[in-house]
Parts: sequence; structure tokens; C-alpha cells
Amino acid sequence: MIHQFDAVIVGAGGAGLRAALEIPEGYSCAVLTKVYPTRSHTGTAQGGVCAALGNEEEDSWEYHFFDTVKGSDFLGDQDAIEIMCQDAIRAIIELEHMGMPFSRNEKGLIAQRPFGGHTKPKDPNNPFGERVPVKRACFSADRTGHVMLQTLYENCIKRGVQFFPEFFVTDLIVQDNIVRGVVAIEIATGEIHIFHAKTVMFATGGYGRVYRITSNAVVGTGDGFAITYRRGIPLEDMEFVQFHPTGLWRLGILISEAARGEGGILRNKYGERFMEKYAPTIKDLAPRDVISRAMYTEIREGRGIQGPDGTYYLLLDLTHLGAEVINKKLPEITGFARIYLGVDPLKEPIPVQPTTHYAMGGIPTNVDAEVVIDDKGTKVEGFYAAGEVACVSVHGANRLGTNSLLDIIVFGRRGGKKMAEYIKEHDFAPLPKDADEWTRKTVERLLNSNGKERVAHIRRELQEIMMDKVSVFRTADGIKEAIEKIKELKERYKEVKIDDKGKRFNTDLIEAIELGNLLDTAEAIAYSALNRTESRGAHYREDYPNRDDQNWLKHTLIYKNEEKEPIIKYKPVVITKIPPMERKY
Amino acid sequence: MKVTFRIFRFNPETDSKPYYKDYQVEADPKDRVIDVLHYIKNEIDGTLTFRRSCLHGICGSDGMRINGKNMLACSILLQDLGYSDIDKTYKKPIVVEPLPGMPIIKDLVTDFTDFWKKYEAVKPYLITKTPPPERERLQSPEDVELIMEASKCILCACCTTSCPSTWSNDNYLGPAALLKAYRFIFDSRDEAADERLDIIDTSDGVWRCHTIFHCVQACPKEINITWHISQLKKKLVEREI
Repeated sequence: MIHQFDAVIVGAGGAGLRAALEIPEGYSCAVLTKVYPTRSHTGTAQGGVCAALGNEEEDSWEYHFFDTVKGSDFLGDQDAIEIMCQDAIRAIIELEHMGMPFSRNEKGLIAQRPFGGHTKPKDPNNPFGERVPVKRACFSADRTGHVMLQTLYENCIKRGVQFFPEFFVTDLIVQDNIVRGVVAIEIATGEIHIFHAKTVMFATGGYGRVYRITSNAVVGTGDGFAITYRRGIPLEDMEFVQFHPTGLWRLGILISEAARGEGGILRNKYGERFMEKYAPTIKDLAPRDVISRAMYTEIREGRGIQGPDGTYYLLLDLTHLGAEVINKKLPEITGFARIYLGVDPLKEPIPVQPTTHYAMGGIPTNVDAEVVIDDKGTKVEGFYAAGEVACVSVHGANRLGTNSLLDIIVFGRRGGKKMAEYIKEHDFAPLPKDADEWTRKTVERLLNSNGKERVAHIRRELQEIMMDKVSVFRTADGIKEAIEKIKELKERYKEVKIDDKGKRFNTDLIEAIELGNLLDTAEAIAYSALNRTESRGAHYREDYPNRDDQNWLKHTLIYKNEEKEPIIKYKPVVITKIPPMERKY
Repeated sequence: MKVTFRIFRFNPETDSKPYYKDYQVEADPKDRVIDVLHYIKNEIDGTLTFRRSCLHGICGSDGMRINGKNMLACSILLQDLGYSDIDKTYKKPIVVEPLPGMPIIKDLVTDFTDFWKKYEAVKPYLITKTPPPERERLQSPEDVELIMEASKCILCACCTTSCPSTWSNDNYLGPAALLKAYRFIFDSRDEAADERLDIIDTSDGVWRCHTIFHCVQACPKEINITWHISQLKKKLVEREI
């Protein structure tokens, strides 16, 4: 079946929904999502969304800007960061006006709390001097993402936005650098649909499921990354993968940074508050890359706690916070600890380990979410990307907590506005012949395969090797081993056989296609990580432990090269206000 | 430890009627039901079909009926399902079925069309008539407290499909939609309470709730839904007077 829409948005998380609200009446817009909109991964964000509202204490967007640049280890593009931090205040007020239920302070204003890496100068007259934590994260208990997703979806219902839920997008139709639509499988029926469009936005979220331990939903299979990469469009800064310090031990389920924002403390097996050593000024509120490395170091040096299965964890201690704070401000995560580990955080500390959390890299865009494919800013006409799948880049080498919920509403909106302009000025570019060829062939191959490999086995092996060799600590040898393994798994993937041969709601088939996406995404991550011979933000190379601004203050662009090694190019970092300086906390 | 999962299977493409299939698996008492379902799909039978996403009870995808009760497969451990510590075993199979009272698409996957229609019927969005101030609308912590519990809802449909009133009446809005109505009617910023009260002031609205409390038992987020519905009834009575 062929549909025609002025705008097609893929993904119904915060970025996609916010963009949809910008498509003006009189123009057609379809939002495609592989789950129901309210199931999107935005809903799992817990701790907050930041803006220098100054509701609790003096703050300014410039402080937020400085923190984000420093947090990014100076790889973030400062023009984009400036836009985001400045626009944050408007964006939060807008959400409030849309109906988002925020926690409030005694004055009736949106309540704010501290979060990792968010600071202000101790002495306002000395802006580059010592910094102290600031209350900048706006929140709704520890369900901030949940209520943000609900609010945006509600506003889409109000606007009559047209959704195609449980439509799994498999391909981008692009020719001569002009986007013409997408191909999708309707999961309920197995039918292949072509969506002919003037503009397409990818707001497809992250790829956490490339790794074994992750906070990400099972649907976080890097679909948008892989589809784009396969179509010859580069991916930017894929080596930068965020590991959140506090995932529930063995499960990876997120325990929000808000737990530490409210005063929680990380401890090793001797009960020591080890972050005092690694980040003497802001300690447990240091950025995530710093804390995850500290935790790996503690475990390596024998100060972790070994569980019955031989794996190690550390402790997140909330016992001193009291029932009032825990039950009012952190109810959700307290429930997780109780349900999954049988631990009552009021009485005993929670076993935690770093968990794969967020993709800093992604589809390269400019500040208007327009996809650009090189260092000259050449656009793919009609193609947009926003949210986790995109790389603007506001997060650089390490994202600060609460900046992702901000990123999606700021750049989702900007992208939506640009799409609205584009559809007014352009006609439909014609569809190429056999636009759904790749999808049809892939589906046929998977349904008819008589190979011996199971999807779950290849996926598991991929997740293991990426967790072991391309996570918090990396070396050239380890990454090369992962690359060889990925090559092997790609070969074996050709022999994958699925049990379900039907058309109706065939999740066996969907998972097999997702596995192809995981493999391509992992390839881009591993090659980018091998190539960058320095340590910056979340990318830590034990064989190159220092940041090297002389050679590496630049963004990676990786291009797929069918059956050969990928091609790597670069583009410069935009530096407007803050020159790179030593990053310590 | 060995455990038997007795799972409801039905593929309308190939099966003339539904049936139950037993899977015996090796599992840990600390495994979640969803972990076992994944294991079966991954290793034994790829045709087994169910929805899931976040795996920690916030996306609302994997509501199903487990041992006769509606719950999220990701938020229940095997050890909480009749496991005997003494025998280190299960006396009975763990029975997994789709949410009741909904059309079945395949196996544990049900059709939510009607659920969403009722959700949309209560105007599930903030409606304001006065122009917004430059900054945020003010709300006291007490104002927010009134709607915080209702805004926890993850729209998993465990409540609505557990309610005998929805089973016996297709038109009843059901607990999830009514809870959403509450969330806006009691939002101090909203200015359309009357519109929504008109929608729910019918025999298929709040008055179909007979305070059976199944919804409260079923809610994985521990929302006291019946209390919220009673507040709506109270508001309607006050409006009458």
C-alpha cells in the first residue's frame, strides 16, 4: 500500500511528538511508531529536565551553557548548546502551559533540584572559579519523562495528529540526496507500506540494546542509526556511548541520578564514599562518565562487592535521606529496588553497576535538525533527525543528566518548524521504482531461510562482546577483537532462521530485522572507537589515556562501505565562547 | 529450578480455536515472568507472541493475566507466584493469558482500539480558556498532590480489563479513562471540568462503577482508582446541589 503525507515522523517519543505539533493545519502528517506512542522510551526518563528558571536560587542560562560545554569535554558544538540552554526556559514554560504536572515548591513555582554536572560559580564575580551544585532540574517526582511523554501525546490527541502505531520502519527512501519517504511493516498484518513524503524526520531513539547491561527498552535497537547508515548517510561521534553509573545490579534498570541529587551517596565494599577521591568538589554529583570510570576502577582495584554469580557491584546509599524524601521524591526507583532486588532503600543500600544508557552520537544535523552529511553542511533535502538518534551535537563526548529531555523538546520543535517551511515550498519528489525492494527481499529471505542460527544467540554474543570490549574502558586490542566478532556475527546473521513464518503480528520477524540494525550500529560504534586514539568524555582509551585537543578536537563522521571497512572523515567542533580547558570536578 | 508455564496460544491465521501450551523451563525464583517468556521465545518457540518494551513497569506494554490476575509480566518475580521455599518448587504451572475482555490479535497480544477510543472520549488534555501567563501557572504543592497519583497511570489496561462492569457492558468508559478524566478535572489549571463531567455523568460513565475494587487490585502502579472515581461521583453530586 502506498500512502502520501507532507510530513512523516518516525518515532513517537518526545522529539517526534513535539515535532508533530509544529506541522500546520492544512498539511498532512503521519507519526509512525513501532510501539504505541505512550510506550516510547522517553517515558522512562526519571530525574528531571533542566532549565535555568532560577526558581530555587539564582541561576542563569550562561551557567547551564558552561556546564554543558564542560560536561561534553569540549566536543559539543557551542552554537547548538547556546540555543538549547537559552531556549530551555521557554521550552519548560511551554510544557507547563501544555499541562505537564510538575512538582512544585512552596511558592507554587516549578520545583528544581541538583543534578550531576550542573553547577554555578561559588562567587558570581569569578565565573571561571570554583563551582558549586545548583538546583536546575525541573521534575515531577521521579517520573519526569513519563509525564512529559503523556503531556505531549495528550496535546497530539487534542490536535488530531494521525498516528500509525505498531508500524515498524525498515528503510528510508532517498535518491539524489533528496528524501522521498519511508518503508514500513504494519506489525498487526505483516503488510509492507510505502509512505511517500516530502519530509521525513527520524526521532527513533537510541541503541542501548547493542550492549548486554542497559537501561534501555527492548525496542532500543538502533533502527534509525542503522537505516541511515545503510543509505550512505554518515553517523557522527558514534564512539561516545554513555554509561549511567547507577543501573540496578545485573538488570541495568535505571536508578535516577536524582537519587544522588537528593543526597544519595555511592560506597564501596568498605563503606567508603569513594567519589571524594575522583571528584573532590562535587563528589557524587560529578558527570556520568567520571563516576562510571571511578566505579570500574573501584571494582578493578578490589573494592567492589562480589555477588553469588561472580559479578561485581557497588552500593548506592539512600538510608540517611529519610522516608519523607524517598517516598515523595523518589517513589518509583524505590519500588524498583524492592520489586527486583528485594532491597528496601530506606533500610539498606541498593546494589548498582554502570549501565549502558545513552547515545551521544548519531545522525549529524545542524541546529535546525536538518541532516547534514559532511563538513560543509551539505543537507539531505527533506530529511530531519531529532532526539537521541540525532547528533546536533549538544552533548559532545558526554551528556549531562536532564539535558536529553531538554534536547528532544528544543530540537524536536526546531525540526518541526523547518519541516513546516519545507512542505510549503516543495512538491513531492517522485518515488523511485521498487522503493520497497530492500524490505521485501529482507522479509522474504528471513521467512524462507533454512539456516541454523537463532536471532537470540547472535544478539547475545554481540551484546557480550560490546559490553566486554567497547564499554567504559577500551583498548585497541579489545576493540579489534570486537570488530572481528561483529564481522563473524554478520556472516552468521545471513544464516538466521526464524520459527514464525506467518504474517500476523510476527515479532520473530521484527526481532530478526532489529538484529540486523544492532549489528550495523555496533559496527559504527566499534570502528569509531578504534579510530579515536585519545580519551575524551565517555570514550576512554587505556592505551591513550589523555585528551588530545591538537589532533582530536573534531567530530568523527563514519560512512558505511559495503563489504569493506567503513570510511572515516571529520568535521570541526564549533567553538564560540569557551576555549577547551582542563576538565576536573 | 524447573517451572511449567502454561500459556494461552491463539493465532487466528492458523488456529480454529485457542489452546494452552505447556513449556517446562529452568528458571530462577528471582526471574521475572517476562524473563521466562523471553527465554521461551528465544530458545524454544519463536512463534510465541507478546508485547514488551521497557521491562521495568513504566511503558505499560506487557499487561497480561498471570495466574488469574492482571499484572505486568516485567514487574512480578516467579518467587511471588506460589513458589514453595520448603520444596524449592512450584506446585502448579504458572498460567499466562492475555488481558481479558479484549479482542485477541495473537497469543498474548490484544487489540487496544476500544481502550484508546474511551481514553480519547474524556478529552485527555489540559483545556484552558484564559490566556497563559508569561511564566508558569502557579500550583501549590497541595494542588499537585491531588493529581500526582492519577498522573502515574501508564495506560496498561490492567484495571479496565479486570473490571466486571466492563466485561458486562461494552460501552462503559472503564477505570483507566475515568482516572484520566479525574487527572484533568482535578487539575487546578484546567478550565473544562464541566465539559468532562458531562461526559462521565452517564450510565456508561462513573455510575457504571460499582466499587468492586478489582481495578485497585490490578493496578501495577498501586493507584487507588476506585477512590479517584468516588471523588468524581462526589463532584457530580455537589454539582447537582
